[in-house]
Formats: sequence, C-alpha cells, structure tokens
Amino acid sequence: MPSSLNQHTMSERISEKLTILSDAAKYDVSCASSGSDRKNENKGLGNASNGICHAYTEDGRCVSLLKILLTNYCIYDCAYCISRKSNDIKRAAFTVQEVVDLTMNFYRRNYIEGLFLSSGIFKNADYTMERLVLVAKKLRTEHRFNGYIHLKTIPGASDELMQEAALYADRLSVNVEMPTKESLRLLAPDKNRNDMLKPMRYIDKALTQNQEEKKVFKKAPTLAPAGQSTQMVIGATPETDLQILYMSHFFYQKIHLKRVYYSGYVPVSNDNRLPAIGTPVPFIRENRLYQADWLMRFYHFRVDEIVSPQEPLLDAQIDPKLSWALRNLQLFPVDINTADYMLIMRIPGIGIQSARKICEARKFSRLGMHHLQKIGIAVNRAKYFITTSDAPVLKDYQPMQIKEFILNEGSSKYQPNFSPQLKLF
Amino acid sequence: MQTVLYDSSFEGFFTAVFEIYEYKIKDPDIRQQGAAPVSLFGGQHTVHTDTAKAMRVVKKLEEKLSADAFANIYRVLLSEKPGMENVLFRYIQYALQAAQSIETDYSHPDVLWIQQVVRKMGREKHRMEAFIRFQKTKDGLFYATVAPDFNVLPLIRKHFEDRYADQRWLIYDTRRKYGLYYDLHSVTEVTIDFAATLNDKASLRTLHDEQEDLYQSLWKTYFGSTNIEARRNMKLHIQHMPRRYWKYLTEKLPG
Repeated sequence: MPSSLNQHTMSERISEKLTILSDAAKYDVSCASSGSDRKNENKGLGNASNGICHAYTEDGRCVSLLKILLTNYCIYDCAYCISRKSNDIKRAAFTVQEVVDLTMNFYRRNYIEGLFLSSGIFKNADYTMERLVLVAKKLRTEHRFNGYIHLKTIPGASDELMQEAALYADRLSVNVEMPTKESLRLLAPDKNRNDMLKPMRYIDKALTQNQEEKKVFKKAPTLAPAGQSTQMVIGATPETDLQILYMSHFFYQKIHLKRVYYSGYVPVSNDNRLPAIGTPVPFIRENRLYQADWLMRFYHFRVDEIVSPQEPLLDAQIDPKLSWALRNLQLFPVDINTADYMLIMRIPGIGIQSARKICEARKFSRLGMHHLQKIGIAVNRAKYFITTSDAPVLKDYQPMQIKEFILNEGSSKYQPNFSPQLKLF
Repeated sequence: MQTVLYDSSFEGFFTAVFEIYEYKIKDPDIRQQGAAPVSLFGGQHTVHTDTAKAMRVVKKLEEKLSADAFANIYRVLLSEKPGMENVLFRYIQYALQAAQSIETDYSHPDVLWIQQVVRKMGREKHRMEAFIRFQKTKDGLFYATVAPDFNVLPLIRKHFEDRYADQRWLIYDTRRKYGLYYDLHSVTEVTIDFAATLNDKASLRTLHDEQEDLYQSLWKTYFGSTNIEARRNMKLHIQHMPRRYWKYLTEKLPG
C-alpha cells in the first residue's frame, strides 16, 4: 500500500474515533481547568493555573479541555448513560499513544488547557484505571507536559492506582450520577453507591495527608492540586432540590470536594424508567441549582437557608438569593453606607465584586443610587432592599409585590419557558 | 487651554506630566504628536522625552500608589482610548494631592473610568490568551495572527513565554504591524511587515508542517462533536465568542 494512502486512512480512523469518543464524553459537564498551580519549571510544555476557556460550543458551554473517553466499550448497563452495554452504538478505543499525541498537538496550538480523560469500564476497574494513569504518566514524564490533567477515578480500582493517579493529575473525580442511592439502584443496578464514595474518601484522606507532608517537606510531590469534583444528573429521577443540595453540602463539607456539577438530563434512551427522548432538558432547574451552589460556596449561605422541608424546591421564576431575601424581609432595608460586607453581598442585585467595591468606595464619600449604578449594580433589583444617601427611606412592600415588580420589569432569559405555549426544540 | 504634545511613549507621557507641573501649565490637553489636529486656540507645548524627568514622576507615583494601581496606568496607556492621557493626568493630580490612597475611590469619575478601561483591557488580554490559534510551519515555528481591539501584546507576552517554553512561536498583530517572537530563549518584538505573506493563503499552505491540516481538521471534528444539540444556545455562543474573533479561530472557519 502506498504510504500516502496509508496515512490518509489512518487520519480518517483517528478522526472517527475522536468523533465517537468525544460525543460519548460530552455529557460530563465539568470543564474546569482552574484551581491548580502547576508551573512550567522544566522548560517543558504548558502550565496550569487560572483556567482559560479556549472556545465555546454552539450550546454555549466552554471548551477548555480535550474531553474524551479512552473507550466507550463498557461492561456496565447504566440506564442514563449513552455508553451502556445494551445500547446499540458504534464503539471505539484510543490507544494510549493516540491520546498523548492529540493532547500534545492540541495544546501546542493553544486549542486547549489540557486533557479530561474518562473511560467506559472494559475488563475491570484496575485494567481501565491503569490505562488512564499511563496516559497521564507518559504526558508528565516523557513529554514534560505541565498542562491540566483531569482523570476519572474508576470505582473499585486499587489504592495504589488511585495514589499514582493523584501524582500525575491536577484533578480527580468520580461521578455519583444519581443524587440518592435508591435512584442509583434503580438505574444502575451493577453499581453500588459505596463503591463510588470509597475512592472519594480515600483520595480526600491522601490529599489531606499530602498537605501535612508538604508543610514538613517542601519538596514532597503535590497530589492532585485542584482536588476532587463530582457530577449529579438532574431531572432523570424524582429527587427534590432539597435532597440534591443537601448531597452537595455533604460533598463540600465532608469530602472537601472543590466542585459539584449538575447535569440536566439529556434524554438518550427509550428506557421506561427515564424521561422519554424529546423531553426538554431541565435548563432552568439546572441553572437555579448552580446559583444555589454558588450561594453556598462563595456567599456563605447555609444550605438550610436556601431550601427547607417546607419548601424543598427552588423557585423557578426567581433566583435563590432573591427568594431568600423575600422570605427574610425583616432583615431589610440594608444601609449601603454602613452595613457589614457579609450582609451587602446578600442583597439581590449585588455580587461579591460589587459588594467589595461598595465597601471600598464608601470610605471616600457617602454613596447614592447614582454611584451604585455607575459601579455596575443591578439597581432595579437592589432598590427594594437598600437605603442610600439619596434614598434614605424604603417603601414597605409585600414579598409578592416585589417579586411581581422584578418579574415585570426584567425580561428573564427563561420567560418563554413560563408562557403556557411551549416552545418546540 | 494649552495643548501638550508627547511622542506616545510611556516615558514621554510621564515627561509631559513632569513638565505640566514644571511650567505650571493651566488646563493642559495632552495629545500624541501627529495623532489629531491640534486646537487652533490656546498655546502649544511640545514635550521632549526625558528619562530623568519621567523617572521622578514614576518614583513619586510609586510612593502614592500600590503596584497594582501603577500597573493600571500602564494598561490604560495601552488602551489607545481617545482622551486617556487627560483622565490619567487628572487621576495623577488627585493621587498626588490626597493624603491617603485614592485608588479605590469608585465614586470619583476618573478612578471609575480607569477601573473600567482596565477591565476592558483585562478582558481583551484574556480573549487573546484564549483565542490565539497557532499554526505549525515546516521548520517548527508556531505562528498566529491577531488584530486585538487594544494594544495587548505587551500584556500577553509573559503568559505565552511561560507556557510555550519548548517551541518557537510568533504572535503578530496585523493592525499594529508588529509581533512577539520567541526563539526558545527569550521574547523579542519584531516589526517586519508580514502582512503580504500572511494574506497569501496559498503560499502559506506550502510553508505548513505536513500534519498541520490533520490537526486543524481534528480540532474542528472535536469542536463539532463535543456540542450537545439538545442544548443549542447560539446567543450564549456568540456572547462568549464575538463574531469579530471568528476569522482567527480554526474551529469557526468554513471547510
């Protein structure tokens, strides 16, 4: 065979593999490449620090990492997963070298921040994990690659492999997929929730121990500097937001995860245990859960301030911070010129950066509405909750009235979804 | 009002600041030489860039401002915004006369303006770090062309130097006709006019590494198949990747 033809078919094969194995990986929503601090100290290739989104897909999601499966062959049959054993789809598998070459060549062209490698389970957990680790090891040692590497930890893999994975990767993750063990049992009968929590706990312990070690021996290698994350599929099963957010709370508090991702279920199966194909993706709910997650991680909200057994679902019409404020009107109005920073960031329409700016600027002069507008605060929203130098009194409104005012003046990006006439996708 | 002309360099600007104080120029209107027609009314003062004078201003400012705030002056001067010199001059005046640091007084219009321009510069810098696409030539050079809204090459230099330490690269600003070149040791500014070569797509192709087309097409494949059609949201897509950047993005090019 002439070599040019040979090369041609080879590039077609790799292109087909890439199509299949990125298509299968895309339902994992994590794309973060931040939180690490890997430097390019060996004059090699790349570094990992703040995370950059190099492109955005037409669905508006960031492309930061080359996100692929090593293979979509899988011995499991999880109903929600596109790669489930019983699904009649094309299967493919990359070689270790192919993944290494793709990563290096994409990175050199500034397409990506690094690699997010996951896999279907072939043969068994250790066999699969071994290959994932091998890719990372080759990149780090043979190619002096210092870009970001996110590896999936395969439940059931040995502790030694986990430890080795942590040595080369910036981030590790296991997806719990279903918010409760009942849902998992229903949809993924071969999987066991404890098998998923076990590696998370193991890694958590190893990372904590590593931090202690590093205090004593500065030269000790850093394990997974960007920590762990996980993902829950939303809307495939009947859990409430209360159950989901308490689960996140558990992950943040007890296993010290850096991120929990919420993936609105995209119907991929006619299985009658799941929403039918064509059911809209629960975008609004997913968005509200992320907002709630942000309130917990950055705004110092306790989970029980966001959801309660009396109100286990987040309000779809308004964001959870506004909801909280309306339930707690007794705390308002807040005086912009004197209130504590922690309270200012709880005002609807004011984010963390604006709160910081307000606290800086008020040292110089008393702030009025026009200052707030210039600083970039959503005054239309905030005005129901604050007093300023030029608006020292606030009219008394009922929570429902404020909600009406805000809903009427803003055009929510979700507005069409609230109208009785459903938009067809 | 008196027009104060300087040579558009940083030292020139700081010399201008020095001379406005030195000659007690009232109501100065600082402009770059040759940039815009000078006012017919009022006098005119031409600044001759003087490192010693500039350094005295810089030293004084370093006493009054934090390192971040000082770096922001540099960023504003790279923004090429009309009238930036006058805002900066008023800001410097305000900083010099104040007893305490004024750099976070966002109720002051000039402080706020500077902060907003710095944010825009930061955004453009970040976009360049994200949207630059290198192409590999036969002799192993990775080159990219850009036309940023502001003069951000000086701001992205370190990022690319740190990151791509083991490959030769060139980033060329077609709007300002200069580039940054890294030769595996250090980065230098280059001003050769590449425009003619770069516009000739056919001859560029012959310069490319034999695998360049393959990786461009694999990247396009990846970009397409990682999209979830059921979640399509073009408004968000365009908000994050404004159309004016598409001409440099391999994945947005037709074919």
